[in-house]
Amino acid sequence: MNLMRLLRGDTDAPEWYDFPGGVHPPENKTQSLRGPIAEFPLQEEYVVPLNQHIGAVSVPVVEVGESVLTGQVIAEAAGFISAPAHAPTSGTVTAIEDRPVPHPSGLTTGCIIIRADGHDTWRPRTPWAHLQDHHHTDLLARIQNAGLTGLGGASFPTAVKLAADRNHVDTLIVNGTECEPYITADHALMRERPQQILRGIEVAHELYDFRRILIGVEDNKPDAVSALRRALTAIPAELEARIELRVFPTRYPSGGEKQLVYLLTGQEVPAGGLPTDLGMLCHNVGTLAALADAVFDDRPLISRITTLTGNQLPWQGNIEVRLGTDIRTILDWAGYQPDPNRAERIIMGGPMMGFALDQRQLPLVKATNCLLVPTEQELPTPPPAKPCIRCGQCEQVCPAGLLPQQLMWFAQSHEWDKAESHHLFDCIECGACAYVCPSHIPLVQYYRFAKGSIRREQAEHRQSERARLRFEARQARLEREAAEKEARRRQRAEAARARQAEQATTPTADSSPADPVAAAVARSKARKQASQSAAGRATATVSPGAPELTREQLSARLDSQRRRLEKAEAKLAAAAPEHQKAMETTVSKLREQIHKTEQQLADRPEREA
Amino acid sequence: MIILWSILALLFLAALFGALLGYASVRFKPEGDPIIDQIDDILPQTQCGQCGYPGCRPYAEAIANGDPINKCPPGGESTIQELADLLDVEPLPLDAEHGEEKPKQVAIIREDECIGCTKCIQACPVDAILGAAKQMHTVIASECTGCDLCVDPCPVDCIDMVPVETSIQTWHWQAPQPDYKLIATDAGRSGEAA
Ligand code: SF4
Ligand code: SF4
Ligand code: SF4
Ligand code: SF4
Repeated sequence: MNLMRLLRGDTDAPEWYDFPGGVHPPENKTQSLRGPIAEFPLQEEYVVPLNQHIGAVSVPVVEVGESVLTGQVIAEAAGFISAPAHAPTSGTVTAIEDRPVPHPSGLTTGCIIIRADGHDTWRPRTPWAHLQDHHHTDLLARIQNAGLTGLGGASFPTAVKLAADRNHVDTLIVNGTECEPYITADHALMRERPQQILRGIEVAHELYDFRRILIGVEDNKPDAVSALRRALTAIPAELEARIELRVFPTRYPSGGEKQLVYLLTGQEVPAGGLPTDLGMLCHNVGTLAALADAVFDDRPLISRITTLTGNQLPWQGNIEVRLGTDIRTILDWAGYQPDPNRAERIIMGGPMMGFALDQRQLPLVKATNCLLVPTEQELPTPPPAKPCIRCGQCEQVCPAGLLPQQLMWFAQSHEWDKAESHHLFDCIECGACAYVCPSHIPLVQYYRFAKGSIRREQAEHRQSERARLRFEARQARLEREAAEKEARRRQRAEAARARQAEQATTPTADSSPADPVAAAVARSKARKQASQSAAGRATATVSPGAPELTREQLSARLDSQRRRLEKAEAKLAAAAPEHQKAMETTVSKLREQIHKTEQQLADRPEREA
Repeated sequence: MIILWSILALLFLAALFGALLGYASVRFKPEGDPIIDQIDDILPQTQCGQCGYPGCRPYAEAIANGDPINKCPPGGESTIQELADLLDVEPLPLDAEHGEEKPKQVAIIREDECIGCTKCIQACPVDAILGAAKQMHTVIASECTGCDLCVDPCPVDCIDMVPVETSIQTWHWQAPQPDYKLIATDAGRSGEAA
């Protein structure tokens, strides 16, 4: 708790609560804050990946060759946790194909490629002036159709978050901390467009009627704080009364959702739980600004603010750029000259949680909050990892109160159950542990590996469980069918026996009761007669003999027999001595059949002639 | 005298607890054999029969009766390890006689060549094939265990087994390569850096 306040005898609820751990990496934020947010020029081609969010991959609803307008839906959400994608500009869909996307795997995924026509013509839009004129369901649908995802980096579909139970949630936490070094996208947004963020808060408030709204900002952004303060004076008093702007000391990772909730309210999100469990919703300032755009201006998420930084870029700053823009063009625009003498290192995200891109020709996606191109001096490549010396520093900085060193051992030895019981899944992958580790162990990668392996194992187990159920269901069905067949057979047998017994007891005129054989003979005679007369009828109307095959049918049969013969001969050549005999009989039988068919075929034309 | 009483008391207690335990073992008798369920839970449920039993459950029963634990190729090393942990026996290398561990596969029917004979449906142990007589058949990929059993019965050989490829959705991070093991002087000694 804030010691200074306690010493001052200030017993009111403190401004902020102290979460455990955390580190103070060099901030490096001023480079990219020198100028205002720049508008990135329109490009000729845009690549829109179908999986820019956590959840199910969206489904394209346009076809190759179709013209699209700016903001038009080009891919729809697939399922509940998913988000649609929109055309970043007007133009023509030139392809729907797999392309590489910014992802640590370096794999490709489905993308819609749009060639811009340069006019940037919007689809018809219907701006809303007042939220009160519209029903909540319409509002939610509008949010859902806008393709919003959390812009802080996690890319969770915003509409899903805003679908949380209304009666349960009474607090909105607005995340303006942006604790990761280098990144200033949210900072620039708060500085330049604070009213946009407040309008986004208004939308969320309309849905939830929050009791309190806490905006959390680190104290390294005084200009953002004063801009927000100014903007707060211009909003309705009813809303303003519920909003509290809280400023707290800078420490990484205060922007983690659970850390921020604790910082502002002193309440801990339960392990494996969400802030909604405490009646709180947590949204990033960027997401709220996009929410305002989507609801008031009917402008879906087709652009975002991205920080370009790192000393290898001559131009550093924030740009507002359409999603799907080629990262290579952006870096070229910033004057990037690759150094031919060293391996390229372009990081998407910040130095703590970001990942290196394996090439430059990738589209910018909803999660690209920063492109960092550092020089070797400012961000040296980590030296080779050395063995853990059990210094315990990692454990002191972990904001989730975990034991990073233990987790690493468990990950190394694949002891997943132990890792899980040490709350591996509460690790927020902040990288604070790896940052302080004197042995330079890539700890976070171990945790990601362990989490991925555990998730895969769980998925496999679910699948094998399903396979078992299906197998058992099939087994049961087969048994039931067999039993039914058996029962029918028995029934028939019984009925026959009953009939026999009846015939045996009721004497008829011309056969003696004691002579069932005679009766059987008579029955068979009668049947023969009946079949003969039937055959006679058939002879009268159709050609004689067994059902005739046409020439085509015969030659098809011949073909398939020849194929089978070929296969059998091949098998015979490869067969083990003990199978030779059996195979030989098969082959000779097949030869006979073929001969027969050939003869039949030879007979055909004469008869038909 | 006191000795007698104590012996009697002890005898009485022994009889009482004996009766209690006896009653409990009848009253709370577990359904089936729990160890078989546990083994079955570990087996991959591919139902391919490569172990020599008609499905995973029969093999689980055989293991419970002392069969070696290394006969299941689809499960591979990890399943053997888990079985070894569960049964507290030494993990054995996979028995090559029953096949080798392969990456997971899925069956695909070349649909235009399918003649609708329904033979593959009858062979599929998990009902993962959809079709009807003289109609085109297809595999429900999400339910296919890759057991390979539908390939042989097909009279026109139109079923392929293809390995399941890693997509962005199924990819996950690999463990970091410990660099210090890659130092040149270490390579010859440990043999780990190939
Ligand atoms: S990465 Fe995980 S284990 Fe390491 S400090 Fe952050 S939360 Fe703790
Ligand atoms: S900081 Fe690194 S070396 Fe120290 S205990 Fe943690 S993992 Fe080991
Ligand atoms: S080999 Fe393995 S997967 Fe196949 S039936 Fe036997 S236990 Fe099941
Ligand atoms: S479709 Fe074929 S490979 Fe797949 S589970 Fe069924 S029989 Fe096995």
